[in-house]
Amino acid sequence: MSMNTQGRPTSPGEAGEGGHTTFTGNRALMIEEALIYETGRPDVTGVDLADVDDTELHLGGLERSDAPNLPGMSEPEAVRHYVRLSQKNYAIDTGLYPLGSCTMKHNPRLNEKVARLPGFGDVHPLQPVSTVQGALELIDLVANGLKELTGMPAVAMSPKAGAHGELCGMMAIKAALEARGDARSVVLVPESAHGTNPATAALLGYEVASIPAREDGTVDVAAVKERLSPEVAGIMLTNPNTCGLFERDIIEIADAVHAAGAYFYCDGANLNAILGRVRPGDLGIDAMHINLHKTFSTPHGGGGPGAGPVVLSEALAPFAPLPWVVSGKDGFDLIEHAGQAGAAKPFGRMTAFHGQMGMFVRAAAWMLSHGADGMRQAAEDAVLSANYIRACLKDVMSLPFGDRPCMHEVLFDDQFLNGSGVTTLDFAKAMIDEGYHPMTMYFPLVVHGALLIEPTESESKASLDLFIATLRDLAMAAKRGDTERFAGAPWYAPRRRLDETRAARQPVLRWTPQAPSEPEPKRDAAE
Amino acid sequence: MRYLPLSDADREAMFARIGVDGIDDLFADVPRAAWRDALVDLPRAKSELEVERLLSRMAGKNVAAGSVPFFVGAGAYRHHVPASVDHLIQRSEFLTSYTPYQPEITQGTLQMLFEFQTQVAELTGMEVANASMYDGSTGTGEAVLMAHRLTRREKAVLAGNLHPQYRAVVENLAHMGGHEVVTLPPVPVGEDDVMALIDDDTSCVVVQTPDVFGHLVDLRPIAEKAHAHGALLIAVFTEAVSLGLVESPGAMGADIVVGEGQSIGNGLNFGGPYVGLFATRSKFVRQMPGRLAGQTVDAEGRRGFVLTLSTREQHIRREKATSNICTNSGLCALAFSIHMTLLGAEGLKRLARINHANAVKLAKALAAVPGVELLNHAYFNEFTIRVSKAAANVVEALAEKGVLGGVPVTRLFRQNGHDDLVIVAATEINTDDDRAAYAAALQEVLA
Repeated sequence: MSMNTQGRPTSPGEAGEGGHTTFTGNRALMIEEALIYETGRPDVTGVDLADVDDTELHLGGLERSDAPNLPGMSEPEAVRHYVRLSQKNYAIDTGLYPLGSCTMKHNPRLNEKVARLPGFGDVHPLQPVSTVQGALELIDLVANGLKELTGMPAVAMSPKAGAHGELCGMMAIKAALEARGDARSVVLVPESAHGTNPATAALLGYEVASIPAREDGTVDVAAVKERLSPEVAGIMLTNPNTCGLFERDIIEIADAVHAAGAYFYCDGANLNAILGRVRPGDLGIDAMHINLHKTFSTPHGGGGPGAGPVVLSEALAPFAPLPWVVSGKDGFDLIEHAGQAGAAKPFGRMTAFHGQMGMFVRAAAWMLSHGADGMRQAAEDAVLSANYIRACLKDVMSLPFGDRPCMHEVLFDDQFLNGSGVTTLDFAKAMIDEGYHPMTMYFPLVVHGALLIEPTESESKASLDLFIATLRDLAMAAKRGDTERFAGAPWYAPRRRLDETRAARQPVLRWTPQAPSEPEPKRDAAE
Repeated sequence: MRYLPLSDADREAMFARIGVDGIDDLFADVPRAAWRDALVDLPRAKSELEVERLLSRMAGKNVAAGSVPFFVGAGAYRHHVPASVDHLIQRSEFLTSYTPYQPEITQGTLQMLFEFQTQVAELTGMEVANASMYDGSTGTGEAVLMAHRLTRREKAVLAGNLHPQYRAVVENLAHMGGHEVVTLPPVPVGEDDVMALIDDDTSCVVVQTPDVFGHLVDLRPIAEKAHAHGALLIAVFTEAVSLGLVESPGAMGADIVVGEGQSIGNGLNFGGPYVGLFATRSKFVRQMPGRLAGQTVDAEGRRGFVLTLSTREQHIRREKATSNICTNSGLCALAFSIHMTLLGAEGLKRLARINHANAVKLAKALAAVPGVELLNHAYFNEFTIRVSKAAANVVEALAEKGVLGGVPVTRLFRQNGHDDLVIVAATEINTDDDRAAYAAALQEVLA
C-alpha cells in the first residue's frame, strides 16, 4: 500500500488478524498521514498577520527571486497533522522505555511549567545583566548543585549536549597540556566506550588507543598501566561503565594516569546510578560531563535538545570555557570575555550565548523536588530495579559476565537465543508488539548480541513485574521455536519492519516535486 | 517523594528476590573509600508548591521581553509564536520520546524530520539539509570542519562581521583540531575585504548575511572568487525570517548554508535551547555532520522513514566519524517545522515583509533623534546606530526607563573602539507605541 498526493492511501490496508482490509488504509485510531508537501498549499496560512503598508524596501537589491516551496496549512489542518504524527511515536509517557545507556525516566510536567515562566523562557541572552539577575541566579543554583553532587570545584555550563560536553572536557585537558608546553598525542579509550568518546578524541587530533575489557567486563588496569606513556594526554572512561558495572579499580587507574602526567576524563552518562552515593571528585576524575537530560530528567524530545555541563578538577578549572556566572555583593555578573576572566585562562567558547537555559530550569526543578535525600533514593531505586530484572530473568536470558550485581542497567547477551533461529533484532522487534520499546541492542560492542536494559527509578514494581513476565514469555517462545512471531515482527506497529538498507543505498532525504515519493499505484477502491 | 513509585515494602520484596540484605550489597563494587554515607550538602526534597514558588520568585527578578518595548537581537530574536506550536510540542509522544532508533514506533518524529529537512533545504535554497544541529554557532564550527574534509585544505577565512560568538566557537574548534583560521576585524561601516584573503590554500570563506550589524551582503561575487580558487562558501544567518524576503544563500552560490532557526517557532530562553539549520549540496551529503532522516518502505511496501547514512556517525565509525555529534535539536526542529507549516510560503513572506517594514520605520524614528546616526543602507530587521554617548551606558539608561533598546557593540566585541554603537532589532511584535517609546526614551538619554 502507498499514499497518493491527496494523502489517502491508494490501496486497501492489509487485513488485521481476523479482520478485513480498510478502504483508507487507516486502522481506526491509527490514521495514515500524508506529508505536508502533499496536502499543504503555499498560499494557505494558519497565522493571522497584519497587512503590510507600502513602506520602501531597504534591501540593497537583494530581494528574494525564487519563491521557496513551503506548503502552508490552516490551524486546524496543522494541528491534526502533528497530532496524528505524534500518535505514531512511542514515548516514556506511553510505556516503559528500557534503553540502556540512554536513561528514559519520568519527565515531570512541573519542569515544563516553570521553564515556561516568562522570566525564564522570555528573556534574551544579551539583555543588560541588570535585567536578568534571576536567570543568572538560576544558573548559579544548578552549577552549585552539580559541584556539590560531584565533589568537583568548577563547572562549565555552556555545552549543549553530552557529546558537546565530552568535547569541552577534552578541550580543557588539551588546554591544560598546552599551557604547560606538553604536547601529547594519544588518548586511551576502552573498547566498551560510547562511540562519541573516540570521535571526540579524534576531532581534537588525538590518536585513539583502545583498551581491552577484562573477562569481567571492566577495564583492565594492567592494560592501562602498560599503555601509559609521556605521549598519553588522558583516558576517557565511563563509570559506571556501559556493561552496567562499576569500575572497581577506578582509583588505581586515576592514580596511574596522574602519575603519568595525563588527565582522567569520565563520561558521565551513567551518573544517575551513583547520584548522592559516590562523588566523582573522590575518584580522582579531572573532567566529567553530565547529561541533564538523563540524570536530571529533562525530556529527550525525540533526540534533543540535551545539555552537557562539565565539572572540572582544580587542575582544569582555570581553563573552563567562556562564559560563566560569578556572584558578588552587587548581585550576579556574567563573564563573557577573556579580558574579564582575571587569573583564569579560558580555552575559548563552546557556543554562542550561555548554554541551555531552558534545560537548566528543568534540571533545577528536578533537583529541588528530589532534594539531597530524593536524589540518593532515585539512584538506589534505579540500581535496585536493574538488579531485580537481572535476578528475575537470569534463568531464561544470558548474562555475559556472570551473576553479579549490576548498577542501574543490566546487560544480557544473545546466547539464550542460540539455535532458536531468532536474532537479537527479531527479539527486540517482537517486544514492540507487546507494547514495549526495545532495549538498547548491539551495544556495548564487547558483548555479542548485547541487550542492555535500564529500567530507571521511575517504574513501579507492578510495571517491572509485567515487563519481566513479558520478556520471559518471549524468551520461552523463542526457545520453543515459535519463530514466525519474531521474524515478522513488529506486526502491530504503525509500520512493519523498515528497509534500512534501501534507505542508505538510495538516499531520499527530502521531498521533491519532480520525483513523487512512490510510483503512481493502481487503485480500484472507490474514492 | 512523588516521583519514586517504589514503596519500602516493594524494596524489601525486591531485595529478597535478588537475594541481598539491602541496597549496600548492590554497591559492593564501589570502593569503600569512595562511599558517601551522609547526604550531600543540598536541601531536602521540596513539594511541588514549594518548588513552583521558589522558581517563580527567581523568574520574577528578570525583565521578560514581552513586558517592555523590546528591540534586542544580535543572534536571537523575539517573534510571536502561535499558541498551537507550544501546545503540539508538549504532546507526550513528541516531548518524552527518544532518538528514533526504532523506526516502526517513531514514524511521527521521523516523518517530521523528513518534512523539516525539506523545509530547511527550500528556505536556504539548497538541495539537502540535515535533521538539525545544536544551534547556529556550533553548526558554523561543524561547517568549517566539513569544508576542511571536502577540500583537504587547512585555512578558513572568516568575515569580520560574523557574529563574534560564532567566530569564537569556530576559532576554538579549529584551533583545538589543529586547523588555521584567518579572521578579519569587524567593519561596522562599509564592507570588509574578505575577497582579498581568498587564495589557493583557502578551504572556505565564512560570511554572515544579514551580518551582526544587520548589513545585507551580496554573496555572489564572494562565491565566484571562492569557487575560482577551489574554496567553498559557507553562508551564515542568525535570523531565519530574513529568508522569506531576502535572496537565498543557495541562489547566491553558497556551498554550505548554516544558521540559527530559533526565530521560527522557538522562544528566547536566555540563549538556549536553539536549533541549528544546516544545508548543503547533494554531492557533499556524506561529509555532512549530524543526523539524517530518509525515506524507505516497510515489509508491506508502505512508505516509511528511518534514520539513514549512519555510516558517517560515531556509533558505527567511532574515531573515523564525520563529527562526534550524536544528537540534534529534535524538539526545537519540530517547533520550527510546525511554525513554518502554519506560515507557508505566503505567510513567511508576509511576516518577513512586516519585520522589514517595522525596521525601516524604527530606523527612521531613531535617526530623527538628535545625536543618532544610522549606519546601514541595506538591512532586513536589524541595524546599527551610532549614538553620541557610550553605548553601554545608553542601553543601561534605556533599561532603567523600561525600554530594552538593543545590544551595545562592546558587549560582543570587547575591545574594538566602537563603543558608541548599538545593534537594534525590530520584529512584528513591535507596535507604533513601542517605537515611539523607544525614540522618546533615547532622546531623553542622549539629551
